[in-house]
Amino acid sequence: MAITDILFYLFAFLTLACGVLVVANPFSRNPVTSAMFLVLTIISMAGLFVLLHAFFLAAVQVLVYAGAVMVLFLFVIMLLDLKEEERRKAKKLGLIAGLISIGAIGGVFVRSLLATQPGKGLPAPTAVGDTATLGKLLFTNYLLPFEIVSLLLLVAMVGVILLSKKDLK
Amino acid sequence: MNVGLEHYLIVSALLFALGLLGVITRRNLLVMYMSLELMLNSANLALVAFSRFNDNLNGQVMVFFIITVAAAEVAVGLALIVALYRKRQSAHVEDLTSMKL
Repeated sequence: MAITDILFYLFAFLTLACGVLVVANPFSRNPVTSAMFLVLTIISMAGLFVLLHAFFLAAVQVLVYAGAVMVLFLFVIMLLDLKEEERRKAKKLGLIAGLISIGAIGGVFVRSLLATQPGKGLPAPTAVGDTATLGKLLFTNYLLPFEIVSLLLLVAMVGVILLSKKDLK
Repeated sequence: MNVGLEHYLIVSALLFALGLLGVITRRNLLVMYMSLELMLNSANLALVAFSRFNDNLNGQVMVFFIITVAAAEVAVGLALIVALYRKRQSAHVEDLTSMKL
């Protein structure tokens, strides 16, 4: 087993384990715990990106997702001062139906993947996503979406400022 | 066993199912939103895996845009949640049953 295979299994296990702990933590129903485990999930996904030779995206994932988005989440959790999610009476039937349906969806995904084998017969991968190559693509083929995304960020900023005014006068 | 495309796609599918489980079963608005982010991340992983194994960098460019748009969406969604909390004083989905302001 090559070292990259071992690293893949390690990062994949970390990602899935932290994903489970985001959603269904048996020890604490505090949303801060879920946010912390989501940060860990995002960082181990950045590790998976590095294994896929997407170096720029791994860095962007850690900087933007873990460093800005999750920090924003934590700010909001602390602003709202949410305590432990009170344990209301969970409707048992709804919970079981939800679990069965998600098991079915996940099962269909995994089974179809194992049946069609999309990776069979592909040549050895050579695409490397370093910053220069990605930047060249971004500024030539995808120039219009790039500019539109900057406009979208401006609109989002204005919207957030408007939405968070105390009195909408 | 050599790690191929299917391994990454199975991880992505399981992560998506986990995010969906979080959206369906958790009743706190913020944890539901975090599970949504988990689903977005699983789509990102699938795209990067396909991009690598098909020798095509367009998947990575799409992930770049997805991360940007997801960041903007999180900002707006959290502003909405904060405004809603200020009005209703509750972040529990079962309390937010009426659309009247």
